[in-house]
Amino acid sequence: MSSKLAALRDWIDARFPLTEMWNEHLAKYYAPKNFNFWYFFGSLALLVLVNQIVTGIFLAMNYTPTPHGAFASVEYIMRDVKWGWLIRYMHAVGASAFFAIIYLHMFRGLMYGSHKKPRELIWIIGVAIYILLMAEAFMGYLLPWGQMSFWGATVITSLIGAIPYVGGPLEVWLRGDFAITGATLNRFFAWHVVLIPLLLLALVVVHILALHQVGSNNPDGVEIKKHKDKNGVPLDGVPFHPYYTVKDLFGVGVFLAIFCAIIFFRPDFWGWFLEHDNFVRANPLQTPPEIRPLWYFLPFYEILRSVPNKLMGVISMAVAILILFFMPWIDRHHVKSHRYRGLMYRLALIGFAATFIVLGYFGAQAPTPYHADIGFRFNELFFSFFLLCLVYNKPRSRGFYFGALVAAGIAIFVLDWLRVGDIPVHFMVRSWWIPAAYWAFFLLMPAFTRLGDALPVPERVTSK
Amino acid sequence: MRTLILGLLFCAIAWVPQAHASEGGGFMRHVKVDVADKAALQRGARDFANYCMGCHSLSYVRYLQLEKPLGLSQDDIKKYLIFNGVKVGDPMVSSMPAALAAKWFGKAPPDLTDEVRVRGTDWLYTYLTGFYLDKARPTGVNNVVFPNVGMPDVVENLQGAQVPEYKEITAPDGTKEKVIVGLKQVSPGSMTPEQYHHWVRDIVTFLAWTAEPNKLEREHLGVWIVLLMILFSVVAYFLKKAYWEDIH
Repeated sequence: MSSKLAALRDWIDARFPLTEMWNEHLAKYYAPKNFNFWYFFGSLALLVLVNQIVTGIFLAMNYTPTPHGAFASVEYIMRDVKWGWLIRYMHAVGASAFFAIIYLHMFRGLMYGSHKKPRELIWIIGVAIYILLMAEAFMGYLLPWGQMSFWGATVITSLIGAIPYVGGPLEVWLRGDFAITGATLNRFFAWHVVLIPLLLLALVVVHILALHQVGSNNPDGVEIKKHKDKNGVPLDGVPFHPYYTVKDLFGVGVFLAIFCAIIFFRPDFWGWFLEHDNFVRANPLQTPPEIRPLWYFLPFYEILRSVPNKLMGVISMAVAILILFFMPWIDRHHVKSHRYRGLMYRLALIGFAATFIVLGYFGAQAPTPYHADIGFRFNELFFSFFLLCLVYNKPRSRGFYFGALVAAGIAIFVLDWLRVGDIPVHFMVRSWWIPAAYWAFFLLMPAFTRLGDALPVPERVTSK
Repeated sequence: MRTLILGLLFCAIAWVPQAHASEGGGFMRHVKVDVADKAALQRGARDFANYCMGCHSLSYVRYLQLEKPLGLSQDDIKKYLIFNGVKVGDPMVSSMPAALAAKWFGKAPPDLTDEVRVRGTDWLYTYLTGFYLDKARPTGVNNVVFPNVGMPDVVENLQGAQVPEYKEITAPDGTKEKVIVGLKQVSPGSMTPEQYHHWVRDIVTFLAWTAEPNKLEREHLGVWIVLLMILFSVVAYFLKKAYWEDIH
């Protein structure tokens, strides 16, 4: 470095901890050397966040947040604004990419126990970011003022009305009116472009600060700080910069190739990223035949609507999301990584991910009693994961597993009994085996085999 | 065991199509459109201006935007497409007042700018070839993909009148219902079926273009961008390999 640049650096360092921050977070932040595929999604989430903010700024320059002008202004962006179509597609596809990345990022956390001690706060902040992201996506989806924007917002905000006593006033307070109107559009626009992005950015910074305080987890779930050389550098760590910056650069390249392929060749992703019905201007007098949210909300939407009672549905959905906050204390097994936790946790996690996808699939189907019943079965499986984590926390006696199975059977029966009247009984008779078989498998396997037993965790990270 | 669980889950999914079977059986024709075909776009624009724009607008398209993609001069546009004296920079709005149209037809004719994005080219093609005589309707016609449509059969003089051919099918729940499986021409139009097919296809092509005028540019650019990103990934991969050489 030339002496003049060095002098400038010293000048800044005397006034601002530039070199110190660079070292603390990049050049001398030691990350485990055994990161695998699943560790690309943190930096990719950051990249997509930047994409959303930059494209969002350009969209906001040309967007009109009024019921009269909103739809036309989006068409204007798509047709008259130079490169407007590209910016809008980048923003719309970016939103879906954000959720895909965040879901994979969260799944990574559950795979390798990144939510466990000492990383509980990182996880909790992450869940808060996820919830903010849901709010951001929901409010952003109203802005194009298409049929799905309008009716989706109508349905989701009306859920608040299901809360006893305060629900009605709360719903009006959120909408700023008695229905979705210009008042709602204006406030959603304000929240979408100012309030939530600010909170998101702040929480992302806090998320990273908390991570760098504790240090990154890794696929083996071992703490690299336990084994340091004489300079205090973890033996299994490499400086984040340049090792992981160049590695993430590769991840960014692959991601962008896929991202751009979608933007340029299938920007509506067959109606999954931009719904066909949303190219019709919002009409408060005409309800579309089917109202459904975008794909990333579908699993929760199904959890909501597969419960026959509206209030219980809203509670189920809220619990399904908020329960993630408590994950560090629900899952207290002493081994972090699924690699050494035994087969049963791995299967339960695969079952959880599959359940999430199947719930999303049924969330996209027509609302028939048949789908409501099947949806409810997978709703049961969704919550089973958290209960199974509690069961798997430590070795249990055979009697415990049998007792748990009986309790599960009773719970399935009681839930079905509560649904009688709303769902035809012969549907339930035909589908009760789904949660029953699931529970029987996950409780009897560890009772009769040693597949659920933890394996010895290595002292140091393994190379593969 | 993983297979067992997955198998279990797929069993559950496999039931779904049965529940859906009764919704199928829709009558849909397929059409291939090419938005790069300038001649088809020109004919489609001409026919849209002559047959559709009396009632339907393309509010988000300006006449001027047709200039390059359709290979038209501004004079062509003024001569062949503008009949109400508006300027070439104006949006393609129908002269029919929406309030009166709503009174006449029960509902104002919808804007068609994004119709292909909403319904697809197949639907639009089937719609325009799918009018049939139905005495129960005030307009005397009905449509195979748009039951009880408010629009009169403005293309009857081109296509000729049609009557539906029914078939009785048994729904999974045991009820019998009559579904339309075909349409039979009962009086000739001014066009042969072949000519009419081309005429409709041109209009559908034009509306596919209005739904997304930047599609060609997007796909053309996309090839290069994706190739660039792949190249970037390859370079990044070898850069990573070089940096990580000493890490074991």
